[in-house]
Amino acid sequence: MTTLLEVSGVSVTFDGFRAINNLSIQIAEPELRAVIGPNGAGKTTFMDIVTGKTRPDEGRVIWGEKSVSLLGMSESEIARAGIGRKFQKPTVFEDQTVRENLAMALKNKRGPFDVMFYRRTRHAASRIADIAQEIGLLEHLPRRAGELSHGQKQWLEIGMLLAQDPRLLLVDEPAAGMTPAEREHTTDLLKRAAKTRAVVVIEHDMEFVRRLGCKVTVLHEGSVLAEGSLDHVTKNQEVIDVYLGR
Amino acid sequence: MTTQDTAPDIAPRKSFLAANPSVLWFLGALGLFTLCVSVLAEGFGLPVLSTSMVKILGMTLCLCLIAVAMDVVWGYCGILSLGHFAFFGLGGYAIGMWLMYARTEGIVIDSFENAPIPPTQTEITDAIATQIFGVVGSNDLPALWVFAHSLPLQLAMVVLVPGLLALVFGWLAFRSRVTGVYLSILTQAMTLALSLYLFQNDTGLRGNNGLSGLQNIPGLLDVPQSTLALWFFWASALALGLGYLLFAWLVSGKFGSVIRGIRDNEARVRFLGYHVEHYKLLIFTLTAIVSGLAGALYYPQAGIINPAEIAPIASIYLAVWVAIGGRGRLYGAVIGAAVVSLASSWFTGGGAPNVDLGFYVINWTDWWLVLLGLGFVAVTLFFPRGIGGLFDYLVRAK
Repeated sequence: MTTLLEVSGVSVTFDGFRAINNLSIQIAEPELRAVIGPNGAGKTTFMDIVTGKTRPDEGRVIWGEKSVSLLGMSESEIARAGIGRKFQKPTVFEDQTVRENLAMALKNKRGPFDVMFYRRTRHAASRIADIAQEIGLLEHLPRRAGELSHGQKQWLEIGMLLAQDPRLLLVDEPAAGMTPAEREHTTDLLKRAAKTRAVVVIEHDMEFVRRLGCKVTVLHEGSVLAEGSLDHVTKNQEVIDVYLGR
Repeated sequence: MTTQDTAPDIAPRKSFLAANPSVLWFLGALGLFTLCVSVLAEGFGLPVLSTSMVKILGMTLCLCLIAVAMDVVWGYCGILSLGHFAFFGLGGYAIGMWLMYARTEGIVIDSFENAPIPPTQTEITDAIATQIFGVVGSNDLPALWVFAHSLPLQLAMVVLVPGLLALVFGWLAFRSRVTGVYLSILTQAMTLALSLYLFQNDTGLRGNNGLSGLQNIPGLLDVPQSTLALWFFWASALALGLGYLLFAWLVSGKFGSVIRGIRDNEARVRFLGYHVEHYKLLIFTLTAIVSGLAGALYYPQAGIINPAEIAPIASIYLAVWVAIGGRGRLYGAVIGAAVVSLASSWFTGGGAPNVDLGFYVINWTDWWLVLLGLGFVAVTLFFPRGIGGLFDYLVRAK
């Protein structure tokens, strides 16, 4: 296990409100990590910083063996470097088919002219079929993504992440609005993905986190309150006070 | 056309036309229309369609072409540009400069025919400049006209001027992530600024007089207008066919998938690793170039171009055509542009009989805009997919 992502001493202020306060987190590869914490703890802002959506006021975000800083890179450059992100609300392209959604995400050259003269290959088609199988949407490939159920959209988005073949997956509340059976499938998906890459999951549902069975980071007021196994952090008095006790 | 990818699993190599039958239908319809107009045209023998009617139809085809471009930039990529008519006008100006210069040159050389001493090149150039710019009180050929003597160079300008303007404008706007209504306002400002600038007499493009006599093609002055009209009609039909084919190909594959993704959720596309700004810039510039080409074919048929042509309202009409025809489907844009612009010339050209209500006479020249406005509101409220959406409905019902 080597460190893939290192966030150190990062702070962000929005209109005087300190969303992230001297935050330091390290993610290894491969690793499955859950990030929990009360509302406003800075969980989503943490992802925004890593993916380049938000620029921190101070601190460092270092990526990969070559220790490149992500701070100077645009969102699309960061994505091409190998960081995939799933949003809290399922954001798939509803007007397009499941296959088109996956094809767009599939790891390939991203330049406009590369895409313009792109020809579908048998290899790409079988990759798409594999991913669709993995997320349980194989028979839904020709359907419009907008017709899928909420849970299926969440899976499709996870499938799009897998298609990007990233080294780090940032997954924001994947189980929100899912039925218990769907949650179980989602847990399996994430655990399988984490065998070969780093996966960071933000989640509110403690039961879901327990099933993930991984290291947990508790955020509070923009910095790390506790880190360790779920049992370890749930025994922490501070965590009980600010998060679990409420 | 938007969701065609329903082919069975692993069927990657289907030819473009086979996968998009609507393109063949369109090209067939366009070919048939061209044939009918040709046979019925005055220039061909059967004087059913007058020369001016053939010109109107040829011009309509050019408007359909810019509407297709508008549909790609707006309907597919989600950039509501309200400035594409500026590119159309610039294309017209670029070709108009050569048309005017070369024809004036011919006249000037003819007038020196009987001069005792053959004129020098400077004298000829001065005479041309006086001829063209006398109307704005100038005798010098502006620097802008440096290429006007050459058709190939001026044709290059038809592509380069709109293309470069769109490239620079788009680069500045997209780089700063100006989107939505703010971008629309910026494009309006661009076309307004350009139009106001050209209205001035000292800009080298004859101010509000514009360029005129463009229907006379140098070197082809013996060819009757009825034949020329037909040639331009054919050229316009060819341009529309090729433009349609190009854009249909562009929006059908993965590229189309990405730009529709940009339209629906720009941020998501960015997080997938696509450099959204490059795509937008490419689409904006490419559609601007096609608009310029459409303008270069339009104005020789119209005969005159002046700055009023690129007033902001023209670009807004363009958006209205595409909205009425149906966004996000190329044939919709063609239908919208053809129906609305032909209806517009019928209503405002005195074709529609006035309605006498006894207490009030509805004069369509005045009321056409009201009718268009009501039509636009009705389409937006009740048929958001426009006229083209009806076709989708019919195809699905089958």
